[in-house]
Amino acid sequence: MNPLQLLDQWLKARLPADAGAWLATTAKALQSGSERDFYIAISLVSRKIGKSDLALTSAELAQAAAARPGWDPRDWSLDQAARVYLLLAAGSDGPVFSRRLDQLCITADIGELVAFYSGLPLYPDQPRHVLRAAEGVRTNMKAVFQAVAHRNPYPAEQLPEAPWNQMVLKALFIGISLDPIVGLDRRSNPELARMLRDYAHERWSAGRPVSPELWRCVGPHATGAMLADLGRVLEKGTGPERAAAALALASSPDPAATGLLWSYPDLSVAVTENKVSWQAIANPA
Amino acid sequence: MRFIDPHIHMSARTTDDYERMAAAGIVALIEPAFWLGQPRTQVGSYIDYLSSLVGWERFRAAQFGIHHYCTIGLNSKEANNEALAEQVLEILPRYLMKEGVVAVGEIGYDDQTPVEDKYYRAQLALAKEFGMLVQVHTPHRDKRSGTIKSMEVAVEMGVAPNSVVIDHNNEETVKDVLDRGFWAAFTIYPNTKMGNERMVEIARMYGSDRIFIDSSADWGVSDPLAVPKTARLMLDRGISAKDVEAICYGNALKAFGQSGQMKEEHWLSPAPVDQRMLFEGNSVLRGQTPKVGEVPSADQRAGEVVFK
Repeated sequence: MNPLQLLDQWLKARLPADAGAWLATTAKALQSGSERDFYIAISLVSRKIGKSDLALTSAELAQAAAARPGWDPRDWSLDQAARVYLLLAAGSDGPVFSRRLDQLCITADIGELVAFYSGLPLYPDQPRHVLRAAEGVRTNMKAVFQAVAHRNPYPAEQLPEAPWNQMVLKALFIGISLDPIVGLDRRSNPELARMLRDYAHERWSAGRPVSPELWRCVGPHATGAMLADLGRVLEKGTGPERAAAALALASSPDPAATGLLWSYPDLSVAVTENKVSWQAIANPA
Repeated sequence: MRFIDPHIHMSARTTDDYERMAAAGIVALIEPAFWLGQPRTQVGSYIDYLSSLVGWERFRAAQFGIHHYCTIGLNSKEANNEALAEQVLEILPRYLMKEGVVAVGEIGYDDQTPVEDKYYRAQLALAKEFGMLVQVHTPHRDKRSGTIKSMEVAVEMGVAPNSVVIDHNNEETVKDVLDRGFWAAFTIYPNTKMGNERMVEIARMYGSDRIFIDSSADWGVSDPLAVPKTARLMLDRGISAKDVEAICYGNALKAFGQSGQMKEEHWLSPAPVDQRMLFEGNSVLRGQTPKVGEVPSADQRAGEVVFK
């Protein structure tokens, strides 16, 4: 089944009869309806469908990933799913679709923006939406930023290096976790490592804490002075910070990193025995 | 005691205001679409403004634990630019059904020109088409006759009085508004509109049925704490707590709650999804119980409870 069919099936299974009937009728009408009807229908969704969690089962999440690799709608709500469903069901090709999407975003409320951005991996003509995704990264509304950055395969697949790096840095800047960013390790790059290291220094100068997750994208490119920074964290850091520095050193290609890590036998062993992980650092108990 | 400010233009206010409003017990507010002090000349600036009411401003309010609702409409001043008004009317339907839009508003008369009348009627028709409430701005000048005309036209257009809030009332208009079955809102304002000592007398005379107050605070001299301050004054002057609660909270909720978009449960027991999407922290959940009319000390005028 494709994503459109899956959304249809999941919503049908969850919506009360009247809401389900509205959605089915509307989806059908939109295939031939006016632009006005289209915009009104999308905005009506929260009133007709409600905002409860979509709450997919693990089997359904597996269906999602099979239909569209990387698609992870575990945090979606009913209105979010219904909006993306209507967008897809209206059945337009790339140019018409992105023109409508632009129009929708111009007049969107927060919930709609979250839905439109989280739907990015499902839209026709994928490369066409790069500027839209980059615009989402520029938002000042945390929930909207998260819709692009978290559990969304689109940025890693489509964003060029500069906006990708901005997205990762901004996630730290606004205090959200890096771990749910799809493709975080695969898209790490030396320029990002430099930006993050500069950011860590800025925070240290200001006497502010540095998220331990930052070092995850530094490690694979850490050599020379960057190793000294990681040494500083090992020396002075909190428990999670030291674990992060150890993991970062373990991912560095520089033999000096290995030497540095070995000088902290407890952490060195913890890394070898998988007692520390980026997931645990991102989600402290 | 909790408060609702059912008419306040937060786009023109700072985060200091949000902080003080939350501390004074305001749990929810309604931001009517209005003008910006200087007329807009392009439909594009109107679109961006309306989008900010359902987007950015809602997010800002949420950061302080305040629930933000809005009304959407073409205000009477800018209705006088007919070329602009036509284009605005075209895009309004795209906003009316959005989440948290509680009414078409604020609409009505300013100079009471024929063009204002045309777009007031057109928007009453939209309210009917979409099954929405209406929030009416009554004129500063020639107020009594403008207020009566607003109500007569609403009835003529087939809009039920109990789905219309008539705002910016005073001693001269309140009786007509209540007698005709409309909701009567009062703007408590320093210098112009209603002072809150006068409001106490209105509460004494008319009780608390279908009456409520707001601050209409905006980019001019105005006070975002007008509702909690007036509540305190009413209690000090012997108005019963039950009436004060109705005038400063319950009646606004009753009136705008008819939209189905504004519910007490939003701030008393927010859904998890709401927390996830919007709220940094919720004052209700943090267990704060602000004192009635408690005013944080930051502001110079904070101590002045009385509005002349």
